[in-house]
Amino acid sequence: MIVDVLVLGVLGAVLGLDVVSFPQAQISRPIVAATLGGAVMGNAGTGLVCGVLLELFAHETLPFGASRYPEWGSSSPVAGAAAAAGASVGELPMALLFAVPFGLLTASVGGWSMVQLRQLNARLARRRLDALARGSARTVAGLQVAGATADLVRAGLISIVAATCALPAVRWIAVQSAPLSAYAIPLLASMGGAVAAGAAWKMFHSTSGTRWFGLAGLALGTGLVLLMTR
Amino acid sequence: MDDTTTAPLTRPASADVRLPQLPLATRVAMISRLFAVQASWNYEILIGNGIGFCVEPALRLLPGGVGGDAYRAALARQSQYFNAHPYLSSVAVGALVRAELEGQPAARIERFRTALCGPLGSVGDRLVWVGLLPTCSFSSLFLFGLGASPLVCVLVFLLWYNAGHIALRLWGLQMGWEKGLGVAAALGHPILRAGPVWLARAGTFLAGAAIPLTVMRLVDGGGLVRTGITLVTAAAGAGTLVLFHGRVEGWRLALLAGFAALVLFLLRHA
Repeated sequence: MIVDVLVLGVLGAVLGLDVVSFPQAQISRPIVAATLGGAVMGNAGTGLVCGVLLELFAHETLPFGASRYPEWGSSSPVAGAAAAAGASVGELPMALLFAVPFGLLTASVGGWSMVQLRQLNARLARRRLDALARGSARTVAGLQVAGATADLVRAGLISIVAATCALPAVRWIAVQSAPLSAYAIPLLASMGGAVAAGAAWKMFHSTSGTRWFGLAGLALGTGLVLLMTR
Repeated sequence: MDDTTTAPLTRPASADVRLPQLPLATRVAMISRLFAVQASWNYEILIGNGIGFCVEPALRLLPGGVGGDAYRAALARQSQYFNAHPYLSSVAVGALVRAELEGQPAARIERFRTALCGPLGSVGDRLVWVGLLPTCSFSSLFLFGLGASPLVCVLVFLLWYNAGHIALRLWGLQMGWEKGLGVAAALGHPILRAGPVWLARAGTFLAGAAIPLTVMRLVDGGGLVRTGITLVTAAAGAGTLVLFHGRVEGWRLALLAGFAALVLFLLRHA
């Protein structure tokens, strides 16, 4: 388990860095990061299912500038890995019922940690305002490197702590016999669908013509569902 | 040290004079630094230090080279408070480099810098965070709903998103460099004006198609009734969230409801 935790720590650190500091290529999005986390545990498919559920929730939390938002980069790989680890020893629904809320909780803690990081960066910058005013290239580069390093460490620590808690917990939860477990995935899917649909309305409703595009998409999606569930 | 530091550019007096060429090494250094423009993001000067970091390779071309008076004064000016969308900060970087190398008056550059903050933030947010990102995400979810493999879902998302992301950074730098202090006109470019509208339409279409399919695949093997019940519940939940828009965050409710359900499911067994 120690190796798994360390690998997830490194993965979480790199993906957490992507959220803001470098390179913002969105490899930190849950659909990518949780799939990678699942792949670390040998089951990318289960990681993807967990990532899709988290991705539905992520639509509600856009990374606008100074606002506080959940940090998916360090949390999603742990959630994906937890889902895969649970599914490998027990039931997938119970593993997901733990992994998805745990991923949301870790993302929330990650968001809080980013605020702390920004305050740390501000303190570092404030101490060097004189050097910046003198046009010191060394100070400019130093602040960038210090910020990125602190972000890398922050994300890595969150992933390590989260993985240390999640992996043993999910292995215990997934093997419990739970008569209601058949409702776990529909419950998560309905919550995720509700949040994503609400978020889509919030993002797009003010743009002219989107209502008709949305209805056309809904007709296509519903038609395909009817066709594929026959 | 970059050999270009010993060969300062000639300074055209205004934007209509022939555009000087930035050495390739300088351009590559600026582009690679743009990916880390937010590395020291903070509540004091926001991405100001990042802008200084990105323009620094070009400032070496100023008379006197690295450490010269012009270099130091320009770097100090460019490392002050600045705010913009990270991808569109490339527009500012290109334009500010041009203004510095043209030897524009410091006060004029500072006024220009201040004026750029608002538009580059709001345009970028609409184009990327509320346009490109959700559209790429919903397209990937659509593929998931159709049964695509993990590799396909992940690659389609990353390739589509990053094609837009990297193109925007490169376009912004070039546009800023070409227009200099006249870059405000570039913000009326069709990509920036109509792009958010069409991305929003594509995003809405894909959201409408992707959410039912995603839910269907998640309740895998549940059949039409189970999928239907889940979808109706999701629609009711979405309606409630829209109704309480701004007062309730769905993901926080889901976090609490998910853990509550987990405890309930485990207790039912006990």
